[in-house]
Amino acid sequence: METIKLTIDNKEIEVPKGTTIYQAAKMLGIDIPTLCYMHLDDMNIENKPAGCRICVVEVNGRKNLPPSCSTDCQNGMVVKTHTTRVLNARRTVMEFILSDHPKDCLVCSKSGNCDLQAMAHRLGIREIPGQEYAAVSTYRKDTSPSIIRDLDKCILCRRCETMCNTVQTVGALSAVNRGFMATVAPAFEENLEYSPCTYCGQCVAVCPTGALTEVNHIPQVLRALADPTKTVVVQTAPAVRVALGEEFGMKPGSIVTGKLAAALRALGFDYVFDTDFAADLTIMEEGTELLDRLGRYLKGDKSARIPILTSCCPGWVNFFEYYFPDLKDVPSTAKSPQQMFGAIAKSYFADKIGVNRKDMVVVSIMPCLAKKYECQRDEFSVDNNPDVDYSISTRELAAFIKQANIDVNSLDDEDFDNPLGESTGAAVIFGTTGGVIEAACRTAYEIYTGKKLAKIDFTELRGMEGVRSATIDFNGLPLNIGIAHGLGNARKLLDDVRAGKSQFHAIEVMACPGGCVGGGGQPLHHGDSEVLKARAAALYTEDKNKPLRKSHENPFIIKLYEEFLGKPNSEKAHHLLHTHYFDRKEKIIIKH
Amino acid sequence: MSKYSMHLLVCGGTGCHSSESDAIVCNLRDELEAKGLTDNVQVILTGCFGFCEKGPIVKVMPDNTFYVQVKPEDAQTIVEEHVIKGRKVTRLLYKDPVSKEPVSDSKHMGFFKKQLRIVLRNCGFINPENIDEYIARDGYMALGKVLSEMTPEDTIKVIKDSGQRGRGGAGFPTGLKWELARKNQSDEKYVVCNADEGDPGAFMDRSVLEGDPHSVLEAMAICGYSIGASNGLIYVRAEYPLAIHRLQVAIKQAREYGLLGNNIMGTGFNFDINLRFGAGAFVCGEETALIHSMEGLRGEPTVKPPFPAESGFRSKPTNVNNVETLAAIPVIILKGAKWYSSIGTEKSKGTKVFALAGKINNVGLIEVPMGTTLREVVFEIGGGIRNGKKFKGVQTGGPSGGCLSEKHLDIPIDYDNLIAAGSIMGSGGMIILDEDDCMVSMAKFYLDFTVEESCGKCAPCRIGNKRLNELLGQICEGKGTIEDLDRLKNMSNVIKDTALCGLGQTSPNPVLSMMENYREEFVAHVVDKKCPAGHCRSLMEYVINPDNCVGCTACARVCPVGAIKGERKETHKIDPSICIKCGSCKEKCKFDAIFIR
Repeated sequence: METIKLTIDNKEIEVPKGTTIYQAAKMLGIDIPTLCYMHLDDMNIENKPAGCRICVVEVNGRKNLPPSCSTDCQNGMVVKTHTTRVLNARRTVMEFILSDHPKDCLVCSKSGNCDLQAMAHRLGIREIPGQEYAAVSTYRKDTSPSIIRDLDKCILCRRCETMCNTVQTVGALSAVNRGFMATVAPAFEENLEYSPCTYCGQCVAVCPTGALTEVNHIPQVLRALADPTKTVVVQTAPAVRVALGEEFGMKPGSIVTGKLAAALRALGFDYVFDTDFAADLTIMEEGTELLDRLGRYLKGDKSARIPILTSCCPGWVNFFEYYFPDLKDVPSTAKSPQQMFGAIAKSYFADKIGVNRKDMVVVSIMPCLAKKYECQRDEFSVDNNPDVDYSISTRELAAFIKQANIDVNSLDDEDFDNPLGESTGAAVIFGTTGGVIEAACRTAYEIYTGKKLAKIDFTELRGMEGVRSATIDFNGLPLNIGIAHGLGNARKLLDDVRAGKSQFHAIEVMACPGGCVGGGGQPLHHGDSEVLKARAAALYTEDKNKPLRKSHENPFIIKLYEEFLGKPNSEKAHHLLHTHYFDRKEKIIIKH
Repeated sequence: MSKYSMHLLVCGGTGCHSSESDAIVCNLRDELEAKGLTDNVQVILTGCFGFCEKGPIVKVMPDNTFYVQVKPEDAQTIVEEHVIKGRKVTRLLYKDPVSKEPVSDSKHMGFFKKQLRIVLRNCGFINPENIDEYIARDGYMALGKVLSEMTPEDTIKVIKDSGQRGRGGAGFPTGLKWELARKNQSDEKYVVCNADEGDPGAFMDRSVLEGDPHSVLEAMAICGYSIGASNGLIYVRAEYPLAIHRLQVAIKQAREYGLLGNNIMGTGFNFDINLRFGAGAFVCGEETALIHSMEGLRGEPTVKPPFPAESGFRSKPTNVNNVETLAAIPVIILKGAKWYSSIGTEKSKGTKVFALAGKINNVGLIEVPMGTTLREVVFEIGGGIRNGKKFKGVQTGGPSGGCLSEKHLDIPIDYDNLIAAGSIMGSGGMIILDEDDCMVSMAKFYLDFTVEESCGKCAPCRIGNKRLNELLGQICEGKGTIEDLDRLKNMSNVIKDTALCGLGQTSPNPVLSMMENYREEFVAHVVDKKCPAGHCRSLMEYVINPDNCVGCTACARVCPVGAIKGERKETHKIDPSICIKCGSCKEKCKFDAIFIR
């Protein structure tokens, strides 16, 4: 490989050709500040519009100050990253950016977690000249079911645009207007609600300021908890337990399942359950559906659509409903674990404890913002009473816990309540890419072959590549599995399905890069992909440590079918646990 | 075929066109027909003569009679007097601004005397909508020569040796650009003509496209042959409907003649040209922004490298040249590199077209050899400052350029001298300022433009220019301090240092050059709170001189806000707290009693 030799801050370094000054400096331990640049290693996600101009450096022989993030190293370059000229330029540009930013840090939801605030502190900005007469660009605030856009706080880093267009290929956000009024918005500055937005929340996950945030549902939850007539039930998704700790100073990948259950109980929830229970239930329904469709397909039944696609990710559901409505009979009809949980809680469990569903409030803790939209869908309510009342993100839960004076670090581990709190290792790995399909394989294999799995870990399904495939031997039947995380990757597989070229029998799709561990509602990763990898690894550890690791072995699932549902895909199961899909463009955009 | 003994050339450029030059053509033809002269005299609607100040222009050939400000009803007189009786119509002749004498031959007009027209060779001479007229002026001969006698390398060598530099603003050597595009291997390459002319007051590209579209098409084909491209695109702003129309006509005719399309002149070379319309964003003149706009993306620049020669339109090697650059190419090919490089200065060869505007007598389009001095341009070709006022400065390079003062009048104009003087060549706009122009306001005026035209991608340009503009506004209102001048300078330098593209990197040039050349005027605004040019309203006070005031009450009656008090036949007084400084009183006073303090 061709290499380049250069000097940065008097230190010599040799780097591969194509390395930027920013990257080379990092190798030398020089952390050049930047606001817009973002690079998630190994995930093929890079944002470098060279727009913030904070990362500028001085290069011998260049008359201006080039941005280090997008200037390649050249042989013999002499780079200085902190000369008077550079520091003055950086500070002046930062003053420009701050001069066009609201000064409401004290009450901003991003305060303390804001890249802009941190940068102002780092560069030692103590005043902003010209405040008395400087105009500030202002825009209309937009609140959708999941995401709030407060563009007064946008610094045009374009990270959201990269996530929305390049990574997710959703195309809801792009730069609009010119000059001082330039900002990022849906086409024609329409509300997000009437755009192709899937609410995946990846824009929120990377926004360096408070311009993009989640809709806060804590006040509604507080009100329900304070209402003595309500029985408040909480469920928590698998990816939450490996990320929540970060909000309390723990390192990424810390498993806080027991502390999470304890904290939720301390917050006053009447029943602390686990979405993982519903994940096991999902496997029973989806796995059975897979085997049924596959069986019919192998027998030559033309009406059996193969591949079957997973349907537990609401961002993904929104995506195919918008871009692939012609394929809406391809995904599994199984509801997501969140919605299966709600449906069972407000029927089976409500009956069991003798509470009317109208007096029961189901709250979900999710790594996801699309879940907020999902629980508001018409088809997931009975007589205007939703199966899941409120969905709050991992970040919101952390804020809630802090407000309630609970010191997570000192809490003793507690267990979830039963009957909706018991789960297997298969359910835990739902939170990472490849996990759902691995869980499905564990159960489908044993049901299909009637044999016990010799090796529970399907390591061939794991990893972080955007599109993966593997063939699993189902006792002589080679089952072709496809996996995609990130909607852009999903689109590639869907295009093949549409063209009739897909070789897969089953495909797992997660909207967010990394799966739920990288969800839009998780603690911010600040551009560090190691955080996501640590969370995924933690889920596999949790799985390994579980006594039961296959969904069909969950005793409470077995009991649920015995007492209530009959068998998987029964009429009652269909009624409660399955759904149908819409042409979202037709339903939302055109109608609007 | 008729043999004409006389030609009446009527300007059909945008300016003259809007002043009814079409009607002049109709009337002239009607008159000639009525007199049975249509076989002897031909009326031609041409491109721009450049002398827009005095349009519409009618030029009579072969005697070079130059009629100015012609009206449609003058057609009859021109035909009856000049065509039939051979007597020039004196009242329509151009009059020398100094001697006030009519000039009977355009060769003797100061405006044309010092010009050397290479790029504009056919503008105002041929009918741009008739390919035969272009061919009659050696049109497409250069393409023929290149295709039949020269290799692509030979062609690039001629352009390199000619020393031509890009006329779009930055002055990058054309031959070198072509060479880079040639070297990059690809299955597909593109030749792009940048016709996104955006500098306020500059209209040379429009004039070339309107007056001589084939010269650009021919040059693009030559470029395509040289770099190995078979596709050409012209990015032209939609606000140039006449230029678009003439380009469309020219492309159609060239295709019909086999000069565009497949197997050109039977040589096996394929090249075709299509148009792309821009929405008029200034930033789309920057080549990466232009390419994004052509691709249907947001018109905003990206960091270079990669340069378009490496990865341009649809990520293929692309050569982007400005209209004026291209228009000179066929002549360079035919007359040779040596001839072209004999014109101009050491590092800037050939001629440059300038658009003269502002407080100058001869507003219009001129083409002069590089190295001509500002003094020659302003006082000889431009005919000096209007209304006998004093010359103050000239803004070159449009809003990205700088303002040069009296001390720069004798520098020979070329790329390097202008940069050394704190300005740039830019696309060749020249706005002449006189003693009434306030330099702080002018700096703000140019920033108004850049603030409006910034794409908003990078922070220094998006926000920094706005802040510069606001601070200049403060100074104009008398709210500036001496420290603010340092802030202006620092902000300007940082924006230059850190902005992403040429737009932002040059936008503080007016501020910096005006602060450098007219510092005392800036100081007067912030320290004395005075505007020496009497332009900034907030810094003016209207005062009545009691020695001159006769108490006629005319001022008090005209004052729209009742700021002037005083009894009849007694000295009047202006209340500064009410006065809105509209100037009506000063205009009305017959006794010169009201002055500005």
